[in-house]
Amino acid sequence: MTTKLFGQAVQRVEDDRLLRGQGQYTDDLMPGALHAAVLRSPHAHARILAIDVDAVLDVEGVVAVYTHEDLVGAMAEPLPLLIPHPTLTHGRTQYALARDEINYVGEAIAMVVAVDRYVAEDAVDRIRVDYDVLPPVVGIENARDGDLLVHDDVPGNRAARMEQQVGDAEAAIAAAPHRLSLDLQVERSACMPMEGRATLARWDTDSRRMQVWTSTQTSTGVRAAVASKLGLDLGQVDVITPDVGGGFGVKIVHPWPEELLVPMAARALGRPVKFIEDRREHFISSAHERGQLQHVDVGFDDDGRLLGLSVQFWHDNGAYTPYGLIVPIITSTQLLGPYKPDNYKVVFDSLYTNTVIVTPYRGAGRPQGVYAMERTMDAIAAYLGKDRTEVRAANFIQPDEFPYDHGLLFQDGRPLIYDSGDYPASLEKLKALVDWDDFERIRDEARAEGRKVGIGIACYVEGTGVGPYEGGHVHVETSGKVKVSTGLTSQGQGHQTAFAQIVADELGVPFEDVEVVTGDTRRSPYSVGTFASRAAVMSGSAIALAARKTREKVLRIAADALETTPEDLEIVNGVVQVKGAPGSRIELGTIAVLSNPLRYAFDEASKAATQFVVGDPSKPPVAEDDEPGLEGKDFYSPPRSTFANGMHAVVVETDPETAEITILRYAVVHDCGNLINPLIVEGQVHGGVAQGVGGALYERMAYNEHGQLENASFMDFLMPYVSEVPKRIEIDHLETPSPLNPLGLKGAGEAGVIPSAAVFASAIEDAEGFPITSMPISPSELFALRLHHEQKLQEGPHA
Amino acid sequence: MSTDAPTQTDPDTGEDLHDVRLHVNGIVHQVRIPGRRLLSDALRHDLGLTGTHVGCEHGVCGACTVLLEGQPVRACLMFAVSAAGQELTTVEGLAAPDGRLGPVQQAFKECHGLQCGFCTPGFLTTITAGLRDNPDPTEDEAREMIGGNLCRCTGYQNIVSAVCRAAEIARLEPSEPLEGEQP
Ligand code: FES
Ligand code: FES
Repeated sequence: MTTKLFGQAVQRVEDDRLLRGQGQYTDDLMPGALHAAVLRSPHAHARILAIDVDAVLDVEGVVAVYTHEDLVGAMAEPLPLLIPHPTLTHGRTQYALARDEINYVGEAIAMVVAVDRYVAEDAVDRIRVDYDVLPPVVGIENARDGDLLVHDDVPGNRAARMEQQVGDAEAAIAAAPHRLSLDLQVERSACMPMEGRATLARWDTDSRRMQVWTSTQTSTGVRAAVASKLGLDLGQVDVITPDVGGGFGVKIVHPWPEELLVPMAARALGRPVKFIEDRREHFISSAHERGQLQHVDVGFDDDGRLLGLSVQFWHDNGAYTPYGLIVPIITSTQLLGPYKPDNYKVVFDSLYTNTVIVTPYRGAGRPQGVYAMERTMDAIAAYLGKDRTEVRAANFIQPDEFPYDHGLLFQDGRPLIYDSGDYPASLEKLKALVDWDDFERIRDEARAEGRKVGIGIACYVEGTGVGPYEGGHVHVETSGKVKVSTGLTSQGQGHQTAFAQIVADELGVPFEDVEVVTGDTRRSPYSVGTFASRAAVMSGSAIALAARKTREKVLRIAADALETTPEDLEIVNGVVQVKGAPGSRIELGTIAVLSNPLRYAFDEASKAATQFVVGDPSKPPVAEDDEPGLEGKDFYSPPRSTFANGMHAVVVETDPETAEITILRYAVVHDCGNLINPLIVEGQVHGGVAQGVGGALYERMAYNEHGQLENASFMDFLMPYVSEVPKRIEIDHLETPSPLNPLGLKGAGEAGVIPSAAVFASAIEDAEGFPITSMPISPSELFALRLHHEQKLQEGPHA
Repeated sequence: MSTDAPTQTDPDTGEDLHDVRLHVNGIVHQVRIPGRRLLSDALRHDLGLTGTHVGCEHGVCGACTVLLEGQPVRACLMFAVSAAGQELTTVEGLAAPDGRLGPVQQAFKECHGLQCGFCTPGFLTTITAGLRDNPDPTEDEAREMIGGNLCRCTGYQNIVSAVCRAAEIARLEPSEPLEGEQP
């Protein structure tokens, strides 16, 4: 019997290569390529009066320099607005190279191509640009005031206003026995993968093909963009995703200017060209996320049950909106979490500022939504003097209420319907895991010793596995080896391992015989991409379906060869055998030979096949409903998203003197449906939690009033080292399978980061005894808050 | 230092070039490079040893860490010419002579200590040196050992486990001394 691999902590097949330094990231490929460097705007807002590139050509080793004047056809047009929306009335995108106006520090103005990066950077320094510097719009308040404009033709800096509602929230709040209002704030952070953006292109002059290697989360997206912008046929463009050093969302945006400029230059010059972003460039020209101001009005009953919830928020979308309204739409819908306020109204404004664009970063708007809702839950509990878990439990959607329709539209334009979950069970698990009920004692004891400790909780629901589709292709070679391809890309999630586990199970072949390729348009031209925790759900399902098709064909041919019926056969370890009579058997590789009527005897498998006869001699060698070869291909397209969920708790200690915040415990209960590989899922949770810690306690984009990002380096942007993350992350899983897909999967990639701002705010508030309304929070901010509250106390109740 | 005075000019860029001998993973490479070429770039682009990664180019992330005479250094903060004649170990030099993964590599694999793998070479070299100095670290010492390296994927949990596991593996099968290690 082959043991089932689904659900096993299988060690990753990716690792051997990566551990030996034999990974192949974009910059590791094609050593002789020319290098591009980009001149980026030093101003947040300016008009370009003139660009003088004459001095560049004096630099030895420079091959070409491009400005907007050199762009022709579609390349000279603004970059695509990938996801339009009817409420995005004022969508704007930048040019690949700025034409006459720049709207953030870091916007691309010119590109130099030279023999190496050093020379290319020397040359960039020689470009002279005359600017008419304009006052920038920085910060959500300034954008909202609308006194200064980012884009002259966008009044109030408002790219979009969107409103959704179910029931009558305002009336319900007005009629509620208790009411509260909250004003909340979340600052910007960013994905910060260790590998920045990277693109390499080669124009093959012989076959007239464009080959692009790029560090992306969507190879098919980049392919379509390159073809349309460069006027090539789609069939002429290959996009290959090599190893990618982390993504977390920023690499789903496409095309980045350089993803078009580099292929353009490679074709013009007839030589391979690469662009490797450096860290400063990543800070000032790759996307950020998270910045929002929020206002919540809530009405509730004596048990803390929500009667009406009305939320307004202002979302900073940066200088342009290439990715549409995905982030704020997710905030506005996923804010609801596991709760059911029957009357809900949400309004948001998506606002322009003269800063780097805002597009999804792991969690994609959910952390902000969860923050708004969970701050509200804590505020209700504090107001009623109730335990925070009790108030939450009073509002949970119950297990027998699934599928649960919220009556709203989700980011994919489909109804927001939760498929499954068991929130009360998750809460019980979390309370047990973190000893919730015992904490009051611990807090009191600590207080008696002069220490401040606090516990926080936050719950979330995450729509994962959004459509429209992904595909899988399974090919059994005559060697018996199984080659699998799916179009979405990998950035470290161990897809090759997880998908091979699925195929090995479905097909009955040894795990080692399965090889999975992701993100190569030559193998999988139809695909969407890796985002929204969708890879396992979408490609996992598609690959399972493709493997099942392959299995059907294997059994059909084998039954024919062995003169039996498919039902009597089983596949064990890559061999098809008659159940109960293992002597009557045929190897998978042999079946692959038999599946192709053209049989040159290249190898042993072909010779072995000669002993079998398959096919109906009265029909053509390839029957009408068949095709040669042992392959299976299928696509998976879900009716709607599946909803994973989880709850986090954190125990913190805040230093009474210095306000330093220390994490004492961190606990996670997580339900992502069936687990393919618990090792990988836990790794995803760990990584998410660490990013969450960064976002809650350390990371922020320090823009000054001039729109200069003052902390654009790892020296000044505080990304967690090991010393900042919890020593141990205690994890418990609940597995409520999704009914929507063949393997019962839900996504897991983003979960770890979603509740962080909320859970830390909750814990710090518990430790300190005053509301926390702005995240991230640093020790000095906490210290200032303490002074503020002490002062208020001294001034008495009327101050 | 065995760096010669500039010997030639690069025909493409007009830069002065230096003849430098780089000793990497026990092999001597003769390269002709400009004085400003970073060690990280020389390893990656001149020698094709692309296992050493560059995550920040300002000395903070540790992805580019290599061992210079056995000591971890940041290859992005050093000119290649100044490494001339000294013994360098990169991630490509960490496997056992028979091709099996070295103890730290093996431990990373077992403990799922890597996801995207971009930071990994810097961790592997750092830990290799760290375990040589402290072959039996406590968990806290393991944390300290990797305290200067950034990883955005793993949340470090499994890397800490991997340090302890590597120490265990190394104790079970003592391996060859490192290049440049002082006996
Ligand atoms: S690349 Fe050298 S420390 Fe980051
Ligand atoms: S594994 Fe991706 S940065 Fe460490």
